[in-house]
Amino acid sequence: MTATALSTRLSQPPSFVNYQLDTAYDEMFDSPGNAREHYRALQQTLLKLPPEELRRSQQAADLAFLHEGITFTVYGSKEGTERIFPNDLLPRIIPAREWARVEKGLTQRLTALNLFLRDIYHEGRILADRVVPRDLIYSCRHFRREMRGLNVPRDIYVSICGTDLVRLPDGNFAVLEDNLRVPSGVSYMLANRKVLKRVFPTLFRDYGVWPVDHYPRVLLATLKSLAPENCPYRNDPTTVLLTPGVSNSAYFEHTFLAQQMGIELVEGRDLLVHDNVVYMRTTSGLRRVDIIYRRVDDDFLDPLCFRPNSILGVPGLFNAYRAGNVSLANAIGTGVADDKAVYAFVPEIIRYYLNEDPILQNVPTFLMSEQTHRQHVLENLEKMVVKAVGESGGYGMLIGPQSTAQQREEFRARILAEPRNYIAQPTLALSSAPCLIDGAVESRHIDLRPYIVMGEKVTLVPGGLTRVALRKGSLVVNSSQGGGSKDTWVLREGELGGDLIEEVRQELNLLASGLASGAGGTEKTS
Amino acid sequence: MLSRVADSLYWMGRYIERAEHTARLVNVELQLWLDQSPEMGAGRWRFLLEALNAPSADGPVDPTKLVNTLVFSRSNASSIVSCVASARENLRHVREQSSTRMWEQLNRLYLDVMDMRPEEEWILKSHDFFQLITEGAYLFHGITDATMSHGEGWQFIQLGRYVERADTLTTLLETHFRRMTTDFDHPVEGAEYLEWVGLLRDCVAFEAYCKKHTAEIRPLRVAEFLLLNPEFPHSIRFSVDRVNAALHLIGDLTQRAAKLPTRIAGRLRAQISYSQIEEIIAEGVHTYLQNVRKDCKEIHGAINEIYFDYPVESEIAS
Repeated sequence: MTATALSTRLSQPPSFVNYQLDTAYDEMFDSPGNAREHYRALQQTLLKLPPEELRRSQQAADLAFLHEGITFTVYGSKEGTERIFPNDLLPRIIPAREWARVEKGLTQRLTALNLFLRDIYHEGRILADRVVPRDLIYSCRHFRREMRGLNVPRDIYVSICGTDLVRLPDGNFAVLEDNLRVPSGVSYMLANRKVLKRVFPTLFRDYGVWPVDHYPRVLLATLKSLAPENCPYRNDPTTVLLTPGVSNSAYFEHTFLAQQMGIELVEGRDLLVHDNVVYMRTTSGLRRVDIIYRRVDDDFLDPLCFRPNSILGVPGLFNAYRAGNVSLANAIGTGVADDKAVYAFVPEIIRYYLNEDPILQNVPTFLMSEQTHRQHVLENLEKMVVKAVGESGGYGMLIGPQSTAQQREEFRARILAEPRNYIAQPTLALSSAPCLIDGAVESRHIDLRPYIVMGEKVTLVPGGLTRVALRKGSLVVNSSQGGGSKDTWVLREGELGGDLIEEVRQELNLLASGLASGAGGTEKTS
Repeated sequence: MLSRVADSLYWMGRYIERAEHTARLVNVELQLWLDQSPEMGAGRWRFLLEALNAPSADGPVDPTKLVNTLVFSRSNASSIVSCVASARENLRHVREQSSTRMWEQLNRLYLDVMDMRPEEEWILKSHDFFQLITEGAYLFHGITDATMSHGEGWQFIQLGRYVERADTLTTLLETHFRRMTTDFDHPVEGAEYLEWVGLLRDCVAFEAYCKKHTAEIRPLRVAEFLLLNPEFPHSIRFSVDRVNAALHLIGDLTQRAAKLPTRIAGRLRAQISYSQIEEIIAEGVHTYLQNVRKDCKEIHGAINEIYFDYPVESEIAS
């Protein structure tokens, strides 16, 4: 591109004009107008594309999502229950060295949490040693007495995990939440990738991005490595995915994963238990089931054992599980380790079992059951994020800075009534990244949910779901609360070679003067 | 294959067929309406309701209201909109069993149908709408044939499609022959001619009939064509043949070949294959059709009992 061509381009409305930087870490710019090295090729591509074409690509992508039915369900909303999960076209890019640290940190964390779960459902050493308070565990809503003394295959309780990471203003990743029960969203990671490869084929190739498409295969291998003790065909166990059914918010994902893994998607009513063996009802009679990748919560799994009015579960399933005739992934009772109050102890848990320092830090967390913490939080409610310990998906939350006085009063009352049920965290400045908003590039807050599977070995698919708070200034990324997502590109080591970078740098030098005012010139503090 | 999945595919097949059938009948009726005298028209509307097994209306008929009920009403489970929605809902429950293209097509048809609103005077301009339904259904079946393995699941879709076709055709013919007490041997003319052509068009059979018998309409030939023709896709015999073929293949795949549904369908097929139209007319077309309809109902019940909703005790014992 010549200098004249560039100046013509710049005479059009520059697409970064509304890009604002604030105190949060920005994934793309390290200072106004100065893009980080690994974002420069993207920036260059964007500046070459007329805004109209970007908008068209975005519409094509939205339509593809609608037609393929890549939707989710919003609970408690009357208007059409299916919505597409908004996808943002601009990829979030993570350099190899940053990813390596995430990978190591998450592997460490999940290893420790599995040891922790085994311990609290057996000897309870960590409780006897008073590293984690006993009453905290036993008062946890997701603690399952029924699991005491029960051995699970390979001692793996959590085999599928989707940890929420945020990037703090200092640029380090921190763990916001461990999702150890039935984490969802992985299908959107795969769908986003499919769309992005269509929209930016050349850019994708030049960047050298790790593929993610092998996730279903890895998941299947992991599930199969967890065959139960009494499985009659250990080499070829029958594996199924148990879904609550079509009205579940993640139903699309359940069908997608079952299809990609080539396993049956079953509902509770398809299964039955006889003599502690689980069968599914097929057109050619009953067929034995060995491994269940269940996307149904503990509470609903077995009406004989847990919630008696559940129609999503299978009566007798727990006894079959206990008898070692069927495996469940994840195991029952893992929710005790992602309780938001137990979360505060995870660094200690890692030190206790692995004798290592945690690689990924926690976000500072105040336990409402502690008198001093509670006092502090109640005095500073408008600066805090308050969460119910057993909830997920952005339900049951108070975002202090955006709350009304009435909401704060309501939460104050709730905290005082049930202190064990709440924790608080200082409002975090989630990192921001470029997003395509009405044809222009603006910054929005994001997080990252990588997916870890653990069977015979631990595997992280390089990437994950980057969730975006699409509302300007919002810090809530949950799909149920108006969030969207974008593709996550983890770069291979040494790719994006010198030539490309040099080329980009030259063109950027030309651009620098024109952009300095546009790209986030307004320094804003929140 | 999971029983629930087979059940959903079967019902999806039925609902798509029903939507297409209703769209065709209503469209033909609207065309005929333009050609007929008002007195005759009222009788035709009642015929339409009966032929579609819809609750009949008392008193004077308001065509717009009636068509709206058949097309848009969500409280009428057999309306076109309800059928398309139910077909989609059934496929949505078993999406991983279908190809992505099938889902896309059915989903698109659903979104298009949901976008339609009964506007003022729309029934006179409704041709495109009915075209959308029939073509949407053809396209769906074409995509299904081209992109899905012709295994058990596909066979259950075919089974549903042709059980529904045999059933709806039988009801249509029954209604028609009850209404038209004709001299079977002579060519029909005038207003009566329109009625018989209407019947042929209801079964997309007019052109095929003409090819075989020319445009001279003789009730005996029409009856033979729509009941016993082995080659024409909207004849009862053709539908029953397909039901039979699907049941045999499913029976082989599931080792249930000797079970009840195959037996009833085989009996019905043999009976239709060896029937002669003169005998049928001598005995009364109406009686004959009633028996066919009874068998269709039994086949449906037997499929349900053997493949979808069998008692667990018997399975565990065996």
